[in-house]
Amino acid sequence: MTYLSIVVVLPIAALVWASREEGLGTFWSVATSPEALAALKLSLGMAFAVSIVNAFFGTITAWVLVRDDFRGKSVVNAVIDLPFALPTIVAGLTLLALYGPQSPVGIDVSLTRKAILLALLFVTLPFVVRTVQPVLLELELEAEEAGRALGASEFRVFRSIVLPNILPGILSGVALAFARAVGEIGALVLIAGNRPFKTEVASVFVFLHIQGGDQAGASAVAVVMLSISFAVLLLIGGLRFLATRHERA
Amino acid sequence: MRKYVLRFTALGYLLLVLLGPLVMVFVRAFDKGGDALWATLTDPNTLHAFKLTLVITLIAVPLNTVFGVVCALAIVRRRFPGAGLVNAVVDLPLAISPVVVGLSLFLLYGRTGWFGPWFERHGTQILFSLPSMVIATIFVSLPFVAREVVPTLREIGDEQEQAARTLGANGRQTFWRITLPSIRWAIIYGVVLTTARCLGEYGAVAVVSGNIEGRTQTATLRVQDAYENFNQAGAYGIALVLAAMSVLVLVTMTLLKPKEDAA
Repeated sequence: MTYLSIVVVLPIAALVWASREEGLGTFWSVATSPEALAALKLSLGMAFAVSIVNAFFGTITAWVLVRDDFRGKSVVNAVIDLPFALPTIVAGLTLLALYGPQSPVGIDVSLTRKAILLALLFVTLPFVVRTVQPVLLELELEAEEAGRALGASEFRVFRSIVLPNILPGILSGVALAFARAVGEIGALVLIAGNRPFKTEVASVFVFLHIQGGDQAGASAVAVVMLSISFAVLLLIGGLRFLATRHERA
Repeated sequence: MRKYVLRFTALGYLLLVLLGPLVMVFVRAFDKGGDALWATLTDPNTLHAFKLTLVITLIAVPLNTVFGVVCALAIVRRRFPGAGLVNAVVDLPLAISPVVVGLSLFLLYGRTGWFGPWFERHGTQILFSLPSMVIATIFVSLPFVAREVVPTLREIGDEQEQAARTLGANGRQTFWRITLPSIRWAIIYGVVLTTARCLGEYGAVAVVSGNIEGRTQTATLRVQDAYENFNQAGAYGIALVLAAMSVLVLVTMTLLKPKEDAA
């Protein structure tokens, strides 16, 4: 436990302490400076967009992997984990190779917000798939068949039987993806261009301001990001609690 | 019909976001021919960057493996007050941005930080050198072993351990003969994930390392450096090696999974 507190708790305490030292007034004015606000807003907006896309495509992908059957399914299943295994800087570079200035398909999104969205979608792809998949595997087919036999449409079956079961999985996957999207830096530095007010996300803001020697600005935004992380963790904890209560009942 | 729509939606999405870009890295790396690729990869600074990444990984992975197993045992087997809190703190690195981690270490070990002045007086440099990079990497790769071992420990229960104890085995014997063999695959799986994370860490290390070419530049930092200095072939070359490593990690994970299920 000493290891845990030295490695994890102490640095975070130092960060919170450093931002407090300057006084609450300074903290507030730095955290709400136009550039910091723009960066935070962009990060949050992107994270929301990424969450919605992931909820949709992640659930479909998980469904296809569990219920569908086709040649090469196990390969697809393995490939899902690739963003976890691939260094994020390499992820950014791979996206530049296909959707950058020398794109072989003629799509160049580099240095725009679309690039940020794309990079974040790449790194957060596994989360929803991996939280929904095990729930779908456990799900009994009988309830769905009963629903169908009683004349429910496919949509109705999905909405009233499947969705309530996989919803906690979708939500906790989305929460993880959200946290990751807010904090991501490696995949973004090369492709986003990092222009203040346009394509500078919160994590890049922190990074550039540390390098520029502006510790107060970097700490203020970092503390806001830290609070978002804590909020997401609390949410996941709550969801886990709800999901297990459902099981016990 | 519906089945095919879903199938092609899912596969199409994967192709656009995941596989397409990855294939392009291989194409780009060989753009300028094999000789150019070989030249960038054998550049002394590139070799040093790879060596540094390996050294950091070799220090961080064993430490986090031991910690992960101990931590998982504490969370699952010992009912102590605050076990829930420990469980939550272990998850923190998954939710916190690597840059925020880097900044925290920067503030802790920097000139005006809590520990910085003490280390400076004793002639040890933490920031902008190996120690801070190792600490940053340990932080971000901390949860993986514990996350894999905790569910396995819950699942196997403690009947066998109790039986061993009734038969007179002491704590150490029980751990080595009963507990360890049954969580073996979970540990290996966790180690594979930890290794992947250590090799690929960028954000936290970028903040604390100072990114000095040939000294504190890791492989991932070198990719960025090469790309920003218009050495595209070099950037894609190093990226290719890193990508090959992650494919290797992925293959290992896939091979391990069924065994884990059978155990």
